[in-house]
Amino acid sequence: MALTGVEIFKLLPKTNCKKCGHPTCLAFAMKLAQRQASLDACPDVSEEAKKVLGEASAPPIRSIALGSGDKAVKMGEENVLFRHEKRFVNPCAFAVEVKDSMSDDEINNTVDGVLNSEIDRVGQKLRIDAILVSNASNDAGRFEGVVKAIASKAPAVPLIIATGNPAAAEAAVKAVADKKPLLYGADESNADAMANIAKTHKIPLGVTAKGLDALTALTEKIKGLGVEDMVIDPGARTAKEIIEANTYIRRAAIKKNFKALGYPVITLAQRDDKMVEALIAVLGVTKYSSIVVLSSIEKWKNLALFTLRQNIYTDPQVPMQVEQKVYKIGEATPESPLTITTNFSLTYFIVSGEIENSKVPTRLAVMDCEGLSVLTAWAAGKFTASKIAQFIQESGIENEISHKELIIPGYVAILSGAIEDKLPGWKVTVGPREANALPAFLKSR
Amino acid sequence: MAFAAPNETYSGKVFEVTIGADKTAVFGGENVLPFHSFEGNAPHRPVIAYEVQDVPPEDWPETVKKVYEGVSNDPVTWAKYCQDTLNAQAIALRLVGTHPDRENRSPEDAAKTVKDVLAAINVPLIILGSNQIEKDSAVLVSVSEAAKGKNCIIGKAQEGNYKTIAAAAMANNHKLIAMSELDINLSKQLNILITQMGFDKERLITDPMCSALGYGLEYTYSVMERIRLAALTQNDTTMQPPMLADVGMYVWKIKETQASETDLPQWGSLAERGITWEAVTAGSLLMSGAELLIMRHPEAAKAVEKFIDELM
Ligand code: SF4
Repeated sequence: MALTGVEIFKLLPKTNCKKCGHPTCLAFAMKLAQRQASLDACPDVSEEAKKVLGEASAPPIRSIALGSGDKAVKMGEENVLFRHEKRFVNPCAFAVEVKDSMSDDEINNTVDGVLNSEIDRVGQKLRIDAILVSNASNDAGRFEGVVKAIASKAPAVPLIIATGNPAAAEAAVKAVADKKPLLYGADESNADAMANIAKTHKIPLGVTAKGLDALTALTEKIKGLGVEDMVIDPGARTAKEIIEANTYIRRAAIKKNFKALGYPVITLAQRDDKMVEALIAVLGVTKYSSIVVLSSIEKWKNLALFTLRQNIYTDPQVPMQVEQKVYKIGEATPESPLTITTNFSLTYFIVSGEIENSKVPTRLAVMDCEGLSVLTAWAAGKFTASKIAQFIQESGIENEISHKELIIPGYVAILSGAIEDKLPGWKVTVGPREANALPAFLKSR
Repeated sequence: MAFAAPNETYSGKVFEVTIGADKTAVFGGENVLPFHSFEGNAPHRPVIAYEVQDVPPEDWPETVKKVYEGVSNDPVTWAKYCQDTLNAQAIALRLVGTHPDRENRSPEDAAKTVKDVLAAINVPLIILGSNQIEKDSAVLVSVSEAAKGKNCIIGKAQEGNYKTIAAAAMANNHKLIAMSELDINLSKQLNILITQMGFDKERLITDPMCSALGYGLEYTYSVMERIRLAALTQNDTTMQPPMLADVGMYVWKIKETQASETDLPQWGSLAERGITWEAVTAGSLLMSGAELLIMRHPEAAKAVEKFIDELM
């Protein structure tokens, strides 16, 4: 449980020496309770207090890194249950399973698929983040060989070493320990040996048990063995089990500060039916998984899942904006019409989508209005005749087109005269009010 | 410390809605967040309605257009195909041909189409206008009368035309979709305005406006989630109608469902990409609270049904 200000106060030196920048220890304690101060600011705090407070003030879901280096993925640190409350922090990682029983060719193809999976979408680089290597062959030598081969072919890609056999795990982990793989495989039967490997190589440990009671007992035991960094698998496999377990885990961590389940969750989404697999991944992305394991990484499936992850993990408080510039839609020529709208991303998506539907090549000037829609921006004085005129002039678009006609949204028809006054030689045409009327409007010109 | 299941108890409940006259479909009725049957009651599966149109789907992309080749030039054949061959549990007939910029069909034509379709099917029918405020108020009044006694869903009533449409739906005993644009307060306000006319709030379906994956999905997702939380945690009865996600229409017009693999090799196979796009959009909105989905591609709908099977 999070401590109250008074509980924290009891652990402080109570000298009111002000070295922390606060007038009294109590004032400092209050700030700590609200997470607006850091304990480091008090130089005189005891080791005992540090330990108690450190545990209580740690984020409800522990921060864990998957892999090391540039392509390492941060997991955990979430604070809320619903994305409208506050931005979800660390987008879940997608991992593809490679079974060591697959042929070397198949393995190579999958690893190539991971290396070539990167896609640029709305300015972000998105990719399959990790490879889970499973010991399906039950042959420790083969397992180690496959892990090594993948690590040398894809040195930057984070690895998940999946086996319940401590001997196989030890050999494979040792071979790639510097890459900080996740060892996924501690359960009730092998916890001591697995914890020992994770501790020796300073890597995070995936812990699996059937059900949350058993999982709680197991993470507490493993923590007692000296392993702090864990990723948990509640044994949920069907969609019904996954939503229940993931919801309970997230609630317990966030609302009850229940440390034994305050770890990132790994979800196995592999299915024979690829569409259904995509939908299980949807469940993982929306409902609290930190790693979603897939059986295959077709480009079409990746694109849909990357896009969903990006959508769910955007900051709900910042209106999404697109870059101010004149966008070409279709094969726009100098004769193509020129339209204008604001940079609220939803406005942009809808307007550009409808222009695309019209199949009429068009230029769309997107003006920075701080992410407001047309009507709101107009009402807020950000989409005015003089600002529009200035934007058009400064955009240099005059040099790219052979005409001087600007189509404005129907909602701001009232601006047409004023824009013409401020843009000598230009003709302003009033377009439709709603984007869905754009195709008919553009086609009829 | 032992684990204690952190259950929530909610004070509110989503209204249960039954549609159809011969065969019926029931959705809503849960007193928990979507698929949280571990802590309460979620008695009904979400319902997927297959979309058909009064005019051939010439503007649909190839992937989904070709599924209906040979049946889609006639709404009656098309609807029967969805019911009999694809096993649709409900049909959504979109009267897009009534739009003034399209075929500009008259309200009388629309009424005839509705009657013909109703005579040919026995699953529930959702009747949608062309989303043109003025025209919809004439068309939806006329089709409400034509479908009297069939317990259909009529839609969509919006701020600019809800009075006539709600009155017609009420007079002819239909359910009604109330649509507003991605804002929980607008949605609440429209539901209140409609119920103030005497329309029973338990006959409403809220459409907070759909968005496709990658094109504002997160807005729809969060508005839905907030509406559902208001219904359950604050027992806000104006927010308790079940919710609609009109998925197909938004998905099958974006670039990702149309651009060829030759042009964009990084995006992979066009056919599977389009189907996945519709399935993933629908699946996400199920997680945020939709109980009624309107979809176009049968493979996407079937994948979503399998997902629901696993979730229930
Ligand atoms: S520095 Fe420490 S001891 Fe001094 S006032 Fe602040 S909390 Fe109290």
